[in-house]
Amino acid sequence: MTNSVSSKERVLPLAVLLIALLIWTAISLLSLFPESVFPSPVAVARGFLEELRSGRLVDDIVASLFRVTTGFGLAVFTGIPAGLWLGSHARARHAFLPLVNFFRSLSPLAWIPFAILWFGIGDLPTIFLIFMASFFPLVLATIAAVANIPSVYFRVGRDYGFSSTEMLTNVTLPAIAPQVITSLRVTAGLAWLVVVAAEMIAGRAGLGFAIWDARNGLRMDLLVSGMIVIGVIGIVIDRILLQLTKIPSVRWGYER
Amino acid sequence: MKDKPLYVEDVSLSFGSVVVFERLSLSIERGEFVAVVGPSGCGKTTLLNLFSQFVQPSSGRVVCAERVRMVYQHDSLLPWQTVNENIALGLRRLKDAGERARQLNDMLRLIKLEGFADHYPHQLSGGMRQRVELARALIGDSDVLLLDEPFSSLDYLTRIRMRNELARMLDQLPRTVVLVTHDIEEAAQLADRIVVLSDRPAKICSEFHVKLARPRELTHPAVVTTVHEILAELGLEHEGKQSAVPA
Repeated sequence: MTNSVSSKERVLPLAVLLIALLIWTAISLLSLFPESVFPSPVAVARGFLEELRSGRLVDDIVASLFRVTTGFGLAVFTGIPAGLWLGSHARARHAFLPLVNFFRSLSPLAWIPFAILWFGIGDLPTIFLIFMASFFPLVLATIAAVANIPSVYFRVGRDYGFSSTEMLTNVTLPAIAPQVITSLRVTAGLAWLVVVAAEMIAGRAGLGFAIWDARNGLRMDLLVSGMIVIGVIGIVIDRILLQLTKIPSVRWGYER
Repeated sequence: MKDKPLYVEDVSLSFGSVVVFERLSLSIERGEFVAVVGPSGCGKTTLLNLFSQFVQPSSGRVVCAERVRMVYQHDSLLPWQTVNENIALGLRRLKDAGERARQLNDMLRLIKLEGFADHYPHQLSGGMRQRVELARALIGDSDVLLLDEPFSSLDYLTRIRMRNELARMLDQLPRTVVLVTHDIEEAAQLADRIVVLSDRPAKICSEFHVKLARPRELTHPAVVTTVHEILAELGLEHEGKQSAVPA
């Protein structure tokens, strides 16, 4: 019973995708819109293969992923420690929180002019923009997670003689892990949104640049193929980070 | 009081303008099971915090000569650790790995959770979690067990079952116990001595002794009589002894 339900559930999203594809095909077969503004699935598939064979697609994917990994990685390795520190120092938190909130509310795209002015065109400005997009939400999420740790866990640590290092490694870090993982997923999604926008303006390669280039060349088929690749990679990134939530010692955060 | 392992003497304690204790004295014998009951907010938990040295008195003496373990009101098992890892916290001083494993196994058998060593707390029922909490506090070389309403989040039947479990565990691993509870039945069913505290600033209104071996039936005449007497003391039953709160 359970098995048939779960296999049915697995088929459902595929069915929806198939229907969407059929509608797309039908609209383009009926020629409701000119091919130049509404490319057919076949044209898009052909464009995709063309990009794949020329090697441009792979280059663009590598360029975008490199930027996201670097910018996001930098944000993780600075934002989480900053959040830990602010989360456990009330006065510092009080002092810094308005500033962090300000930058969190500021669209990272507003930094594009400065990014180009400071770093030129290429990898650096994009990495900077991704960092700006991910750092502040990660800091805020970590602060909130630290502030929400029930104090009884620290009392237990004290009762059983934890050192201050053990308080960090055996209480604080495992206690915030589920919330931090959730925010990693959200922030990685944000970083992936930002890389496309940033590359459109400040890039010489990458998926965002490819889309912009396709638009300039009026190649709507390549544009749609780029969009699909971007969406699929976004899903794959989230799926990979989703695996973190399956670690046994963090399951409690999602099942309670 | 020198020979008593656990006592507070002339202890006063205030939090801001709230006076919790004013010259309170209470001593506990080695191996004794004392229950502390009283109105909400009268300072029962604070008394345990004094014994565990988590809170320091404004004046007076607190002596806790022995190794103390506390069981808390709310879930205090570390949710990211398995049952085994949580219980093993109580064995941190023990370096010999073989001996640790042996004691852990014995404890799991005692709390009847042999098959659950690698489960996480959220995978257990409330009663099972509470047994693990007790196991963590009882394992190793502690002498005094401070219980802060340990069963208050459980349903009635599980609570009764847990009282018997606790009695059984203490029979195997005797400890000096201070139990803070709202549950007068629980106090009468488990404790050798029941201390009734007044409203803030808390004073000892009266003490009741129950000389009956554990585990005790909830409906045993001695238990029922004690419950009745405590309720009367708290002004919740009109027959029987109805002394006023001593000034």
